[in-house]
Amino acid sequence: MELKTIPTHRVPVRYYEGGQGRPLVFLHGAGGVDADLGFLDALASRFHVYAPLVPGYGDSEECPELRDMLDFTLHTWDVVDSLGVKDPLLVGFSMGGMIASEMAALAPNDVSRLALIAPAGLWLDDYPIPDIFAMMPYDLPHYLFYDEEAGAKALTAGMDLGDPKFLQAFLIQNARQLGAAGKILFPIPERGLAGRLYRIRARTLLIWGESDRLIPPVYAESFQKHIAGADLVTIPQAGHLVAFEKGPEVVSALSRLG
Amino acid sequence: MRFTWFNLMPWPYLPDDFREKNRSVWVDIDSKLFDPVKGHELYNSYMDLLEYAGTLGFDGIGVNEHHQNGYGLMPSPNIIAAGLARRTDDVALVVLGASIALYNPPLRVAEEFAMLDCISGGRLVAGFPVGTSMDTNYCYGTIPGLTREKYAEAHELIRRAWAEREPFAFNGRYTKLRYVNLWPRPIQQPHPPIHIPGGGSLETFDFCIENTYSYSYLSFGGYIRGKQLMDAYWNRVAERNAPDTSPYRAGFAQFICVAETDAEAERLYAPHVHYFYNRCLHVYPGFADAPGYRTIKTIQKGVLSQYAPGTLFQEHPWKDLVDNGHVIAGSPETVRQRMEDLIRGLRVGNVFCLMQIGDMPKDKCMYSTRLFAEKVIPKLRNMFEEYAADGRFWCHPLPKRAVPAEIGQRPLVGAEA
Repeated sequence: MELKTIPTHRVPVRYYEGGQGRPLVFLHGAGGVDADLGFLDALASRFHVYAPLVPGYGDSEECPELRDMLDFTLHTWDVVDSLGVKDPLLVGFSMGGMIASEMAALAPNDVSRLALIAPAGLWLDDYPIPDIFAMMPYDLPHYLFYDEEAGAKALTAGMDLGDPKFLQAFLIQNARQLGAAGKILFPIPERGLAGRLYRIRARTLLIWGESDRLIPPVYAESFQKHIAGADLVTIPQAGHLVAFEKGPEVVSALSRLG
Repeated sequence: MRFTWFNLMPWPYLPDDFREKNRSVWVDIDSKLFDPVKGHELYNSYMDLLEYAGTLGFDGIGVNEHHQNGYGLMPSPNIIAAGLARRTDDVALVVLGASIALYNPPLRVAEEFAMLDCISGGRLVAGFPVGTSMDTNYCYGTIPGLTREKYAEAHELIRRAWAEREPFAFNGRYTKLRYVNLWPRPIQQPHPPIHIPGGGSLETFDFCIENTYSYSYLSFGGYIRGKQLMDAYWNRVAERNAPDTSPYRAGFAQFICVAETDAEAERLYAPHVHYFYNRCLHVYPGFADAPGYRTIKTIQKGVLSQYAPGTLFQEHPWKDLVDNGHVIAGSPETVRQRMEDLIRGLRVGNVFCLMQIGDMPKDKCMYSTRLFAEKVIPKLRNMFEEYAADGRFWCHPLPKRAVPAEIGQRPLVGAEA
C-alpha cells in the first residue's frame, strides 16, 4: 500500500492505495488505519483498495470545518469523487461503518455494495457502548480484542506513558485523532442513523467479531432490522478489531460481495 | 490588593477508604455517598462561612461551578450567589464562574448575572470559565473538539446582549435567537468586570489580553508550581503589547491556613488538607482531558491538565505540602511572608483565598479566616499601590444600596384574606 495525498474541496486528504481489481474504499475506525494495514494488504490481492484518512488522523491535515455527521458524510463523498472512483465496494469499520452507512443512506443510488464491519451509529439502551473517550490505553485491549494479550502487545508496542516526551506525542495524536472522531462519536456514538438506514439500497453485508465487547453483536440485529436484506457474517474468536484478528476470514466474507 | 474568600464547597463525608473503593471523585462519583439531609446542613454552613468572611474585610466572596464532583457542591454558583446577595452588604460577589458554553441558550448566563448585579446593587464580579473537561465534556456532554468554538460564540452573545440597547437577531452556529433583548440588565456598565479562570491555554491568555479580562489560575498546586504558568502569562502580556502590566490582570487561588503558631497550624489543619489532596483530588485519569478539549498548540507547550496521568498529587507529608507551596500555613507572620512571595512572585492583584479545605469544620475555618483577615490582610493590603486606582477588574457597586427588610416589617402574606 502506498500513502498518497489528494486535494478535496475542504482539505488535502491522505490515503492509502494499492492492489488491482474492482475499486474498494475502506473507511477506518476511531483508532486509525494502522492496525488494519495488514488486512488492507490482503484485500489488495483482490481489489483496488483506497483507504482515506479522516482529517487529523496520522500525519494528515486537520479540518475544523467538519463538525457534524452531515459534514463528515459529504466530505467522504468528496474524497471518493476526488479519487475518481464510481460505485466502489464501500467498506467501513466501526466509526468508518457509521460514515459508510450515512453515505449509502444519503446517496442510495451511488452505492450498490456496502460492507459494514462492526459499525457504530446505533445505540441500544440495554447494551450501552463503552466510552472510549474515558479509557486509558491499558483499558483498551479488553474491549478491542478476542485475544487480549496479543492485542495489548500489538497496541502498546513501544508505548511508555511515563516518558514525558512520549506522553506528549501520544496526547497530541489523541487530540488530533479522537478529537476529530469525537465530533460524531462523543459522548454517545449515535447521530440519528437509525432513522436514515431505510434509504440504503445497496446489497449490504454486516461482519462482526463474535466476541466484540465494544459494539456487541446484538447491534448487528439492529442494523439488519433497519437495512432490508442485509446479510450477517459472524466470525468466531474475534473481538471488535475483527479485521486485525481474523483478516483472511473478513477478506473472504467481503469477496462474497464481489 | 484584592482578597476574595473562596469556597469550593467540598463534601466532607467521603469515607477513609474512598480512594481504594472508588474510581473517581468526579463524574461517576458514587451518588450514594451524598446525603441530602447532611447537604442541607452543609449548604447553610458553607453560606454562613462566606457571609462571615464578608464581614471581616475581604474584598470579595467567591463561588464556582462544578458538576458531579465530590469537592464542589455548586452545579449552579448563581443560586449560592443569589442567597449571599441578600445577607451581605458591601462585599463583592465573585462568581468564577458560570460555564457559558453549557447553557442553552447561553443568554441564560447574561440574564442571571444581570439579576445578580441588580439584586446586589452592582457587586457582581463575573467569571466565564471554559470549564474543566470533567464538567464540560464528561458531565455535560459538550463535544470536546467543539467546546472552544461554542464558548467563543456564547461569549459573543453575552457581551452583545449586555451592550446592545435594541433587540437584535443572533445567528450563531450553536445558538440562533430571533429576538435578543436582555431584560433585566446589569447595573454595571458597559458590563460587570470579567475574570477568566484558565489552566494555561495560550488561547485563554490571548482572550484575556484582547478583552481586558483578568486571568485567574485556579490551581491546587500552590504558588511555587504556579509560577511557571503565571510567568508564561506575563510573557504573553508583554509579547502582545498590552497597554499595561497591571497586577489586576491576574488572579491566583491558594490554600491558606492561619493559626497562632506554625505548630498549631499543622495540628489544626493538616488532617483537612490531607483529606482534600487524598480524597477530593482522586480523579480517574480517563476523565482528565477529553481528546480535543485542549488545543494542539497548548499541548505542544507542555500544558497538561492538573488531573492528567503523572501530574496527580501523591500523598505528601505536611512539611512537603507547606515547603512546596501547595498550602500556605502557619502563624500570621509566616503566612504574611509567604503571601508576599506569592503576590510578588506571580504578580497577582487578585488572590482567591481557599480557606475552607476538605473536611475542615466551621469553627476552625472561622478561626483561620479571622486571623488572616485581622493579622495578614492589613499588611498586604497596600502592595502594588501604584495600581490602586485600576478599577477595570473589579465591581463598582451603587453608592446607595437597598437593604433587605426585617422579617417583622414585611406585610403578612394572606393577611387581608
